[in-house]
This record gives sequence, structure tokens and C-alpha cells, in this order.
Amino acid sequence: MLKLTGVNMTFKPGSVNEKRALIDVNLVIHPGDFVTVIGGNGAGKSTLLNVVAGVCNNESGRIVLDGIDITRKPEYKRAAYLGRVFQDPMMGTAAGMIIEENLAMAKRRGKRRSLRWEITREERAEYCRELAKLGLGLEERLQDKVGLLSGGQRQALTLLMATLQKPKMLLLDEHTAALDPKTARKVLQLTQDLVAQEQLTTLMITHNMKDALRVGNRLIMMYEGRVIFDVEGEEKRSLDTRDLMEKFEMVSGGEFANDRMMLG
Amino acid sequence: MPAGHFYAVFIHSGGCARCNASPIDPSAGSAIAGREQKPMNVMLAMQDAFAQGLLWAVMSLGTYISYRVLQIADLSVDGTFALGGCISATLIVGGMNPFFALIFSLLGGMIAGAVTALMNTFLRIPSLLAGILTMLGLYSVNMRIMGKSNTPLLGEDTIITLAGNVLPFSKNVINLLIGIVFCVGLIAVMYWFFGTEIGCALRATGDNAKMARALGTNTDNMIILGLLLSNGLVALSGALVAQSQGFADVGMGTGTIVIGLASIIIGQVVFRFLRGNFALKLLAAVLGSVLYRVIIAIVLQLGLDTNDLKLFSAVLVAVALSVPLLREKYKASRLRKEAE
Ligand SMILES: Nc1ncnc2c1ncn2[C@@H]1O[C@H](COP(=O)(O)OP(=O)(O)O)[C@@H](O)[C@H]1O
Ligand SMILES: [Mg+2]
Repeated sequence: MLKLTGVNMTFKPGSVNEKRALIDVNLVIHPGDFVTVIGGNGAGKSTLLNVVAGVCNNESGRIVLDGIDITRKPEYKRAAYLGRVFQDPMMGTAAGMIIEENLAMAKRRGKRRSLRWEITREERAEYCRELAKLGLGLEERLQDKVGLLSGGQRQALTLLMATLQKPKMLLLDEHTAALDPKTARKVLQLTQDLVAQEQLTTLMITHNMKDALRVGNRLIMMYEGRVIFDVEGEEKRSLDTRDLMEKFEMVSGGEFANDRMMLG
Repeated sequence: MPAGHFYAVFIHSGGCARCNASPIDPSAGSAIAGREQKPMNVMLAMQDAFAQGLLWAVMSLGTYISYRVLQIADLSVDGTFALGGCISATLIVGGMNPFFALIFSLLGGMIAGAVTALMNTFLRIPSLLAGILTMLGLYSVNMRIMGKSNTPLLGEDTIITLAGNVLPFSKNVINLLIGIVFCVGLIAVMYWFFGTEIGCALRATGDNAKMARALGTNTDNMIILGLLLSNGLVALSGALVAQSQGFADVGMGTGTIVIGLASIIIGQVVFRFLRGNFALKLLAAVLGSVLYRVIIAIVLQLGLDTNDLKLFSAVLVAVALSVPLLREKYKASRLRKEAE
């Protein structure tokens, strides 16, 4: 589904602050894979997703999504293929617009926009149905400004928006990190439901090792811009947090594994 | 007779504005002649304020697109307002029909807006600076267009004189009617446009550009479209004002951005009940523009020196801009007190 070949990404190249955020990343993700991504702060996890989404342009290497070379496509064109949810619940929705306007924008992700008025009656009915599935009562509030919703509600809405128009891939960047534990669990459960329902190929960054182990069929660990560990299936299921920590200490040359990734 | 009706309404509200000012009116209770003289002046001043307010409101609607929808303080409007006036005046003197001249002013403003937007999007110059550069450059452009700093329209046809030929009203009333037609028409068109798919993408770009891009919106194009429409309206307003006042001047746009912001913010603060619906918010901006002119007319009647007007406007906008924050702080401190 997604194939990264020799991808490098350097921030501020040539300056004193030069930062090699991705170093020769090679990664093949198969259709239906649900990959969790872990790694310490600054390991390059977000950069990996951003390079796929076109937020930043990789300096070398190729990115092919479902047979389409998207390496040089701008972010807004790649949006046609990708559903995205960010860490900050405020980033995924437009606060000043009402819920159904946000959904209507998401429904038209990657489509040509015209001078038609948004939102037909059938469309509204569909939004109601989909919102009802979230179980947050949002189906009663189609005309409410999104800015009135809580962080958890907004994140759930963003998740729905990312999948309303089935994407080739779902990219989740610590999308539960800013929520309180209870809401985080709920949103994660919702994520699993949606992914299973729509059989979405998913790349999910998380800072929570237990979640990383429990969710998905495959796990990758990043360290200083490289993918240093990649397990799937049975092998992944047999892992526990202790194994992950050992693995981390091994590749980081004994660096003590109490980095932020090791929390939880 | 809708026209007559509007006339009556505006005269009436003009009177009210006068009443508010009367406690400090020194002529109150003086000689009969004086008392009759003064209200007439005030009445005319108010009529004029309403008419000017509505013609300038077209500019406020344009500024609304940049300032409120895209959340960009676009300073190019100081130049594009004058540009609209200069294009119209030059074309009219050259023999063009004043209605067509309006269209060319609109187009001129759109081009200027696109220049600012391209500097912002393609060259990544911050929008504030891009606007200043366009504003500065337009001064020379406007001088080039007119070939001099001021073009009088004395004896030329303008949309006001043409309308005056067919309608039996005074110049002030015709200004007022033209202002109403343009404002109502524009509110309707803008309400429609910002409800379309493209309009929503434009609003989302201003609201949350990251989200807009993630949903497939080319945000650069939306900024270009927004500033193009915004400056087009501002130039149209400049053209209307020039035709109404009977001349265009390269300096006529100075402070336009301040007046635009003042109208939007005064409208929002004073007409707080006009919320929710987008068309109502636009209406609030239009009424804010009218109220701004009324306030200016009142302080002038009260004897403010015209040279001090710009300082007064600047202070007025600073105060209006700080009202929402002050209101928040007041609320917060009251809540704290209650909690104690
Ligand atoms: N826009 C940027 N400019 C400069 N450096 C950046 C930028 N974004 C990320 N970096 C750097 O790149 C490295 C990887 O960052 P990131 O991918 O965000 O890490 P994480 O794994 O925590 O998500 C970090 O060292 C970070 O400081
Ligand atoms: Mg990150």
C-alpha cells in the first residue's frame, strides 16, 4: 500500500541547527496493516508521517502510495488519499464553522470544489447516522460551532472526518496524547472500531507502549531518524513492554530506557 | 414607495443622534433663528454621514473578507481604495460611462489584491509587509493613472448625477439609495458565496489552514482568491466615494484599513444581537460603517478640528479593539470576586 524507499529528511540543511530527522528510511506497509509507531521524543515519528502527508518534502527517496508516486505532490493533493488526525485536538477541525460544515468539507476531501451550496438533505442524514455511531450526542448538534465542543469530542469528530471519505491510508499522530485517560481510551476504541469496519491501512504514532503492543498487527520503533525495529503478527503479540525496553537499550547503546516513550 | 420610506427612517435616526448630542449643545435655548439654523445643518450632516457610511461600507465588506474570514490585516486597502477612485475618475474624464468605470475599478482592485496575495503565498512575505508594499507601490501607480494628484469630476457624469436625472431626489438621498443597493446586493452575494463549497474552503483556510490543507484545499489559492475579492470590493467602494464626492485624490485612501477595522469592530460590539448568521454579521459591519460616520459627524459638529480627525479615528479603533478583551477581564474579575 505504502512504500518508502531511501527517504531522507533534513531540517535547516547547511545551518548550525541542521537536523537529520529521517535517515534512509525504507518501509513497506501492506494493505490492511495497522502499524503502531513508537520511539523517544525527537526520534522522527511525526516527521515520518509529515513526509508521507506532504507537510514537509523529503530531500531524497521515493514515496509510493497504492502505486501512485506521491513524492513530489503537494500536501493538498495528497489529501485525496490520506485521512489524518493530529495530536492537538484543535488542529483537525475548524472552530468557527459548524459541525455539518466541517463534515461537508471532509466529505469533499480531495474532490474538486465548485460553487454549489454545501450539504444536501441526504448528506445531512448521513452525517447524523455517522455521528450517532460516536455515541457522543453530536448528531443533535449539527448546527453547533465546533469551537463549542470539548477536546475529546473534537478528536472523535476529526477521526470521523478523516474516514468519512474512505482514505487509502489513515495517519494518526499521537491523537490521544492530549486527552484525559478516560477520553483517550474512548477515542482509541473508536479508532479501532473504525479501522476494523472500513478495513483501513493505518499508521498510528503513540507514546503509550501498552497501546502500541495491544493495538494493531505490526509495530515499528524509531530512534534518531531510523526505523530500528519492525515486528508483526505472532511475533508482535508475544512481546511485552520489557522486551521493547531491552530492544531500545540495545540499539541506543545502553542509553537508559526511561525516555518519554517508555512511560505508560 | 420604498425609497421614501427609507428616507423617513434615516431622517428620524439622524434626529435621534442629534438628541444624544444636545446636552452639550450650546445653542440650546438661544435665539429662535439660531435654533432653526442648527438642526438643519445637523440634519444635512447626518444625511451625509449615512450616505457616506453606506458607500464606505462596501469597503468594510471587502475588509471583512481579509480581516475576519482570512484573519489577515491587509494594509493594501489604503492603496486599493484610492486606486478605485483614481481609475474611475480618470476613465470618466476620458468619456467612459460611470457604471463601466466602476467595473474597471473593481478589476483594478482585484489585480492589486492578487499582487499582495502572490507576495504572501509564493514569495512567503508576511501578509502585513506584503500589504504595506502594495500600498506603497500603489501610490505611484495611482499618480501614473491620473497624471496628477487630484482629478475633479465637475460637470462630468457620475452614477449619482445619472441617477439624479431619473429620480426626483436630492443628491444625499441618491447617495443613500445607491449605498443601500450596493450593500444589500453585496451582502446577498457574499452570503451565497461563503455558503458554497469554494466559499467554505476559503473560510476554513482562515479558520484553520492546516486542517484545510489536510482536507485537500489549496490554501495558497484560497488566500489569493480572498484578497482578490476583498481588494476588488475596496476599490469599488473607492470608486463610489470618488463619484459621490466629485473628485478622486491620491491621498483619499489614507487610513482606509483603520476605518474598515473600526466599522467591523464597532458593528460587532454595538450590534451584538446581529450574530449567528453570516449575513447578519455582514449587516453589522455595514451598520458599523454608518455608525462610524455618524460618530465622526457628531464630533465635527461638536467642534473637533478636522486635522484631529485621524487621531480621533485611531483612538476610536484602539478602544473598540480592546473592548472584547476588557469585557473578558471584567467578567473574569467578577467571577473571581464571586468565588471569594
Ligand atoms: N519544523 C522543524 N524545524 C526544525 N527541526 C524540526 C522541525 N520539526 C521537527 N524537527 C526536529 O526533527 C526531529 C524529529 O522531530 P519529530 O519528527 O517531531 O519527532 P517525534 O518523534 O517526537 O515526533 C527533532 O529533533 C525535531 O527537533
Ligand atoms: Mg511527534
